[in-house]
Amino acid sequence: MTLLAVRDLRKSYGALAVTDGLSLDVAEGELHAIIGPNGAGKTTLIAQLSGQLAPDSGSVTFDGTDITRTDMASRVRAGLARSFQITTLMPAMTALENVALAVQGRSGSSFRFWRPVAAEAALNDQAMTCLAQVGLADRADRPAAAMSHGEKRQLELAVALACRPRLLLLDEPLAGTGPQEAERLVALLEALKGQVTMVLIEHDMAAVFALADRISVLVYGQIVASGGPEEIRQDPAVRAAYLGEEAC
Amino acid sequence: MSAAPKAAIALLILLALVPPAAAAIGDPFLTVIATRMAVFAIAALSLDLILGYGALVSFGHAAYLGLGAYAVAVCARHGITDLFLQMGAAALAAALFAAVSGAVSLRTRGIYFIMITLAFGQMAYFFFVSLSAYGGDDGTALAARSTLFGRAWLENDTAFFYMVLACLALAYGGLDRLVHARFGRVLTGTRESELRMRAIGYRPFRYRLAAYVLSGMICAVAGVLLANQTEYVSPAYMAWTRSGELIVMLLLGGVGTLAGAMAGALVTVGLEELLAGWSEHWRLCFGLILLAVVLWSPAGLTGLLRRLLAGGRR
Ligand SMILES: Nc1ncnc2c1ncn2[C@@H]1O[C@H](COP(=O)(O)OP(=O)(O)OP(=O)(O)O)[C@@H](O)[C@H]1O
Ligand SMILES: [Mg+2]
Repeated sequence: MTLLAVRDLRKSYGALAVTDGLSLDVAEGELHAIIGPNGAGKTTLIAQLSGQLAPDSGSVTFDGTDITRTDMASRVRAGLARSFQITTLMPAMTALENVALAVQGRSGSSFRFWRPVAAEAALNDQAMTCLAQVGLADRADRPAAAMSHGEKRQLELAVALACRPRLLLLDEPLAGTGPQEAERLVALLEALKGQVTMVLIEHDMAAVFALADRISVLVYGQIVASGGPEEIRQDPAVRAAYLGEEAC
Repeated sequence: MSAAPKAAIALLILLALVPPAAAAIGDPFLTVIATRMAVFAIAALSLDLILGYGALVSFGHAAYLGLGAYAVAVCARHGITDLFLQMGAAALAAALFAAVSGAVSLRTRGIYFIMITLAFGQMAYFFFVSLSAYGGDDGTALAARSTLFGRAWLENDTAFFYMVLACLALAYGGLDRLVHARFGRVLTGTRESELRMRAIGYRPFRYRLAAYVLSGMICAVAGVLLANQTEYVSPAYMAWTRSGELIVMLLLGGVGTLAGAMAGALVTVGLEELLAGWSEHWRLCFGLILLAVVLWSPAGLTGLLRRLLAGGRR
């Protein structure tokens, strides 16, 4: 079953067509990697899928519903969460507070003015679970601003998980992590496979080929190839456009 | 209890001790100054909610002081002298004004937000300047202070002071609960990263608007008390310079901490009295003091206190 269907999506900045008639299907349960050179338009695509950017034309359908014109908040409610390539956290809040705020977003009204939110066990417990998943359980009380770059990347993922998404859009989750953290995150994504549908943008080819069920190659705003990892590895056009550079 | 509520409670106790101290040294004017401090502390607290926790730099906040003050004059003229009824009327007027001006200004960010809130503040100012029934430019004197349960208890400066102090304690206590509740965490989140908030399913506008309205209502209550303190209302209460002064109080005390807002108001009003008596160029001195504090400690006086406490523990 197709969970996410993108049809003829277009977005231009002036004369630059960053998304140029892009179509994409993501099946329920799969981990769909999108690879492509710098500036190919991967982050711009994620921005349009998550509702941060409105496309010029084309459509995005999630679980059979056209969401092309709905805002980010409704898409999150529908089960679409994302992580950011450029870490986007609440610097002054602790790791736990960052994640608990995401849990709060889907647990009842936030128009509550009296009870201390820090004492809400239900929020904290779920947030701790997400922190533990990404390996940050012992960093719960550290302000995000005081975390290492790698830890921030892990927290970014924990916040997205806290939204309990059906579809997780991951924009280079491994960028800037050390080898140990990367290994841990790859193991986590492996474990999440099957539970959550994922669109993974990543430059780490080893991780991509190890994790992906399907891979689409994005070049100049267009999908130039799409298929299983083996198919993509063999595709001459892909090797020329992208993997060629990586191989040497 | 962390250092911030302790500091806030210490300030409240300090204020509460002023009337007996004033009686002891025979200077009743001290109580009047303490009353002004407490009134402006309420106003500064209300501004801190949106500016400190929501990163919404409103440059028109004095409009709410003025709305509150005029609510007293208008109510009194129509025979309503009860303090609480007047506060209710002031809060209602402020809520309406904040809902309308907020719905417009909160569509913008940064410098545009500052300019639009300033514009709304000036609109309120000129509206009351043109209100000749209430003295226009000059304003109008109140016949008497507001009543409590039909009695003129507040004519006594000490009784009035404790009434204001009670309002300050309530405002502080309520806001302290609010900023630590779900709503406060969301508001803080919109300050920290609007994009992140949207990406986890929030629509920041509604929370900002709610905070903006609430902040205006609290400030209007401060306006009711200000009118009673001076027994006079005038458009000068809502001059844009007054809005600037409220921001200065927060900068001085420490933006985004309730104790800092209170401390900033106390120190600003105190310095005004002190320096104004000492030299007519007191604004220059005040500016230099502000500059020194902000340069030395960007987190204001509370930041300074925190550093001193941390230093002592080392
Ligand atoms: N707001 C914008 N205005 C103008 N050009 C933009 C804007 N955002 C992105 N671009 C351009 O669009 C192109 C695609 O950008 P995008 O960030 O989507 O690439 P990417 O595939 O994510 O690259 P990377 O691998 O470096 O993250 C780039 O050439 C970029 O300069
Ligand atoms: Mg990118």
